[in-house]
Amino acid sequence: MSIDLSQFHAVFFEESFEGLELMETSLLELDVDAPDSEQINTIFRAAHSIKGGSGTFGFVQVAEFTHILETLLDKIRDGDQSIDPDGIELFLQSVDCLRGLLEALQTETEPDTTRAQQLAGVFQAVLDGGTYADSANVVKTNAITGAPLHAASPSPAPASSDDSVANAGTRKQIGFSIVFEPEEDMLKGGNDPVRMLRELATLGDLISHANTDQVPDFDQLVIDHCYLSWDIELVTNCDIDDIEEVFEWVEDECELSITPIYADISSAAELHYSNSQNHAIDKKMQQATAEGQRLVMPSGPLPSLDNLQLASPGDVTNNGSDATPAEASAALAPPKPTAPAAAKPKAAKVEASSIRVGIDKVDSLINLVGELVITQSMLGQMGSAGDSITDEHIGNLREGLVQLEQNTRELQDSVMRIRMLPISFTFNRFPRIVRDISIQLGKQVQLELSGENTELDKTVMEKISDPMVHLIRNALDHGIEMPEQRKAAGKPEMGTIVLNAFHQGGNIVIEMTDDGGGIDTERLLTKARNNGLVGENEKLTQEQKLDLLFSPGLSTVEEVSDLSGRGVGMDVVRRNIQELSGSVEVSTEMGVGSTFRIRLPLTLAILDGQLVTVADQTYIFPLVSISESLQIDSAKVNNVAGGSDVYNLRDEYIPILCLDQLFGLRQEAKVLQDSLLVVVESEGQKVGVVVDELLAQQQVVIKSLEENYTRVQGVSGATILGDGTVAMIVDALGLSGLAGSEIAAAQKIAAEAVA
Amino acid sequence: MDVAKQDTAQNMIQQTAAMVDQASDEDFEDQQQYLTFLMQGEEYGVDILNVQEIRGWGNVAPIPNAPKHVSGVINLRGAIVPVIDLRLLFELGDANCDENTVVIVLKVATENVNRIMGIVVDAVSDVFSLTLADKRPPPNVNQGMSHTYIDGLTEVKGKMVILLDSERLLHLEKND
Amino acid sequence: MTKILAVDDSASMRQMVVFTLQSAGYDVVEASDGQKALDIAKGTSFDLVLSDVNMPVMDGIELVKELRQIEAYKYTPILMLTTETAGDKKMAGKNAGATGWVVKPFNPDKLLATIKKVTG
Repeated sequence: MSIDLSQFHAVFFEESFEGLELMETSLLELDVDAPDSEQINTIFRAAHSIKGGSGTFGFVQVAEFTHILETLLDKIRDGDQSIDPDGIELFLQSVDCLRGLLEALQTETEPDTTRAQQLAGVFQAVLDGGTYADSANVVKTNAITGAPLHAASPSPAPASSDDSVANAGTRKQIGFSIVFEPEEDMLKGGNDPVRMLRELATLGDLISHANTDQVPDFDQLVIDHCYLSWDIELVTNCDIDDIEEVFEWVEDECELSITPIYADISSAAELHYSNSQNHAIDKKMQQATAEGQRLVMPSGPLPSLDNLQLASPGDVTNNGSDATPAEASAALAPPKPTAPAAAKPKAAKVEASSIRVGIDKVDSLINLVGELVITQSMLGQMGSAGDSITDEHIGNLREGLVQLEQNTRELQDSVMRIRMLPISFTFNRFPRIVRDISIQLGKQVQLELSGENTELDKTVMEKISDPMVHLIRNALDHGIEMPEQRKAAGKPEMGTIVLNAFHQGGNIVIEMTDDGGGIDTERLLTKARNNGLVGENEKLTQEQKLDLLFSPGLSTVEEVSDLSGRGVGMDVVRRNIQELSGSVEVSTEMGVGSTFRIRLPLTLAILDGQLVTVADQTYIFPLVSISESLQIDSAKVNNVAGGSDVYNLRDEYIPILCLDQLFGLRQEAKVLQDSLLVVVESEGQKVGVVVDELLAQQQVVIKSLEENYTRVQGVSGATILGDGTVAMIVDALGLSGLAGSEIAAAQKIAAEAVA
Repeated sequence: MDVAKQDTAQNMIQQTAAMVDQASDEDFEDQQQYLTFLMQGEEYGVDILNVQEIRGWGNVAPIPNAPKHVSGVINLRGAIVPVIDLRLLFELGDANCDENTVVIVLKVATENVNRIMGIVVDAVSDVFSLTLADKRPPPNVNQGMSHTYIDGLTEVKGKMVILLDSERLLHLEKND
Repeated sequence: MTKILAVDDSASMRQMVVFTLQSAGYDVVEASDGQKALDIAKGTSFDLVLSDVNMPVMDGIELVKELRQIEAYKYTPILMLTTETAGDKKMAGKNAGATGWVVKPFNPDKLLATIKKVTG
C-alpha cells in the first residue's frame, strides 16, 4: 500500500510549532536549581514528538538534531545530567534553530543546518561530559577556526571477516536451527508463541516441534502459563536479524538460541549428516516420533533434509573461522535496503492556515443548527397552511420569526466563537522576549501574566501581537529602570511588567503595566514643541501631553536604541490598533510606572455599523469611530482659504469632509445647511463627514474588497445588506488621507484659530 | 420592470447556460472552447473554462473613485465581485446598462488565489471550438486599451472573432 | 473486522496511523493521551492497542499497566510506538505489560506488517 505522507505535513508543522512554544515556555519557567520534573518532561516530550514526526515524515535534518537534543533532555530527566542557565540558553537557541528549520521545510525550501550542526556539536560535547558553557565555547572556537563540527562520533563500520567470506565459499548457509523456550508468564504480555511460529513460517520452510515436558498435571495447570517450548528448523535465505526480529519483543522472556545451518555446496548431493549428536532437532525429532507427538506447525513441504549438511557453531570453529554465526551471516546477508529518501518537495503550494476548535464549540453549533431546522420546519408548516390564514396563524408566525431571530443570533455568536482563541497564544511569546531583552539591557524584570484564557478572534490576535511586542520592548527599554536606579529610588531591583486581559462589553481589554519610572510628560511636551508639533504658546492638558506619545514624528529620536527606537514608533502602534477598530490609552505616574490599555473588538468579522445615505447610495460607518452626529448649523461653518471648510464644534474647529465629493458621487456640492454631520475620530483628530441621511444602526458582516478587486482608499471593506445589495464600509482614517492636503490645511487653520 | 424585456434577458441567460453546459461536455484534446459575445457589432471570445456563469445586470454598487470602466461591485452569493464594463474599457463608445445587459462572470485561478470578476457586454452570442492552429496572433497595433487583452484572432463562419485573455483581464485592476 | 485503539498525543502521527490503518481496512478508534484511551478502552473492546510512550496526562507505560488490570485486556496485544532504540527504554513498556513495540520512525508499510503479525 502506498500512502502519501505529505498529507500529514501541515498537521505536523502546526503541532511542532506548538511544541516549540511549549518548550520555550517551560524552559523559561524552569528553575535550574530545583528543576521541576514535570516541566522537564514537557520539554522532553515536545522534542520527542518533533523527532518522531520528523523522522516519520522524512525531515531528516530535524530528526537528527532533535535526536541529540532528546538524548540530552532524557539524561536531564533521569537526573544523569545537570542543567544550568547556560544550558537553558542553549536549549532556547535550539528552539529558535528548530523553528527556523521547520519554517524552511514548511515553505519547501532547503533549510540551513549550519546552526543546528553547531548546536548539535555543543550538545554532543555536553553529553561527553563538558559543561554547557565550555562546550559552547569550544564549538564557537571551532567555528572560528573552521574545524569540522560534526557531532556524530563516527563508529567504524564492522569489518567483515575474511574468514567467514572464505568459509562461505564452500559452505552455504541454508537456514537456522532455533530453540525457543518461553518463560512461564510470557503470555501475559499478549505475546502468543503461535504468532511467532506463524511469522517464522513466512520466512521459509519450517519444521517445528513442541516440547511438552514441562506441562504439569492437569490439576496443577495454570491457565495462562506457557509450559511449551519449541525446537525449530527453518530453511531460509533470510538474515539472522529477521529471525531475531520475530522474537524481538520476547527476548528477555524466553531462552532463545539461533544457530545457522550450513550445506556443503560442493557436496550438496551427498547424504551427509555432520556431527549429528549435536543436532538437537534430529535427536528431538526422533524422540518426538517415538513418543507419538505430532509436529507443530509444519509449513509447506518438508525440506529435504537429505540434501542438507547441517552444522553447529562448533563446526564452524573447527573449520578455522573466528567469525561468530551472527557475523558470518551478516557478511553473507545482502545489503539492507536503505531507508527511503525524504520525499521530494512538490511544487509550491498555498499554505492554508487552520485553527483547532474545541469539540464543545462544534457541538454547540450542531445543537443550534438543530434548533434552526426545527424553527424552519415550524415556519414551513405555517406557510403551507393554505388560504385560511387566521389571526392565530399570524400570531404563530410572529412567534416563529422571533424564534428564528433568536436562533440566528445564537448561531452567529457560536460561529464567531469558533474563531476565538485564548490570548495566551500571544502572551506566550512574551516571557522569552522579556528575558532576552532584560539580559541584553542588564535589567532585572519579571513578567506576570493574567487573563491568558481570555478569548479573541484569531485575526485580531495575529494583528495585535506586533504592537504589543513593541509596547513591551518600550517598557523594558524606557520604562523599567536599571537595578541601581531602582534601588536608589527605594524600589525592588527586580522590575515587574504585568500583562492582563479581560472582556468588557463587546471588547477585549489588554493592559500592560510596568512599575518603572513613568513617562515624563514635560519632556514629551518640550520635544513636541521642538519638533513643531505643538505651538510655542499652546497650552495642553495632562491628557493631551500624554497623547503626544503617539504622535508621528515624536518617536524618541534622541534615545534611539537597538530595541525600540528602530523604525516603528508609538504612532505606528496606535495606528495598528486603530486599524483593528481598537484604541489605546496610557496613564502614568512619575516614579511609579505606566499602564497602557488596549481596547479591541472581539472580532473583525462583524462590526456595529451606522448606515447613512449619500447620493442615494448606502454607506456604513463603524459605530466605534463615531463620536457624535449632528445637524449642521451653517453659522458654525467657517470657510477657510483654499476652499475647505471647518466646523466650530463647541469651540473646537474640525475639518469638514463631503463624502459625495470625496467619493465622486455628485457633480455639485451639497448645500451644507441642514445636512447631517457625522463626527468621526481618527488618530486623535476629529473630522466631520457630511452625509444626506442617517439610517439605522445594525451589525454587518465585513467582506473583503481586495479579494477580487483591490484596496480602495477611504473604504475598509464592503458588506451585504438585508436586501442583498452591497454597501461600502467607510474608513474614517482613509477618508482623511483621501482629503489629503485639503484637510491638513484646514487643520492648521483650526489649530491657529485655537491658539 | 418591463416584464417582456426581463423575459428576453432570462431566456438568453438560460439558453447560453445550456450552450455552456453542452460545450463543456465535449472534451477534445488541444481544442479550446470559447464563449463569444458582442460589443458594438464586433464578436469577442473568452475561454469557456474561465466562464463561471452569466447573469443579468442589477444591483451594482459603485466603488468610490474607481476608473470609469469599473461599474462597481455585486453580491455574488455572498462574495463581493467587481463588474467591469468592457465596452468602456475598450473605449467602444457609450454604454447603457439595463435589464437586458448581460454580465459574464469570469473566474481565473492563479497560483494561490481565485479571482472572480464580471464583465459587461452587449450580448452573449455563441460557443465554438477552436484548435490552436486556427488561432492567429493579435494584430500588431499599438493603440487603444484593448490590444493588451487580446490573445489572438480567429475566424468563425466567415466572421472575425477577437479572442481575449481572461487572466490579463482579471488582473487589470491589480496592475494599475 | 479487527478493531484497533490508536493512542498518540501528536496529531500528525495519530492521523498518519489512523489513516494507514483505516486504509488497510481496520476499524480504528483514536485517543490523544493515555487517560482518554483508558476511558475509551473501558467502554468497548479492542483487538489491538497501539500506543505512543511519551504523552501528557497519562503516558503509554501507565496506560499499559492500567489496561492489564482490566480483565478484558489481560491478553490483548498492546504495541508501543517508541522512538527508543535503546534496550532499557524499550523494556519499560514491556515490563509494564506491553506485547511489543514498533520503533519510530516507521513507514505505513512497516506499521501494517507489524500489526498483521500480531493480529494474524
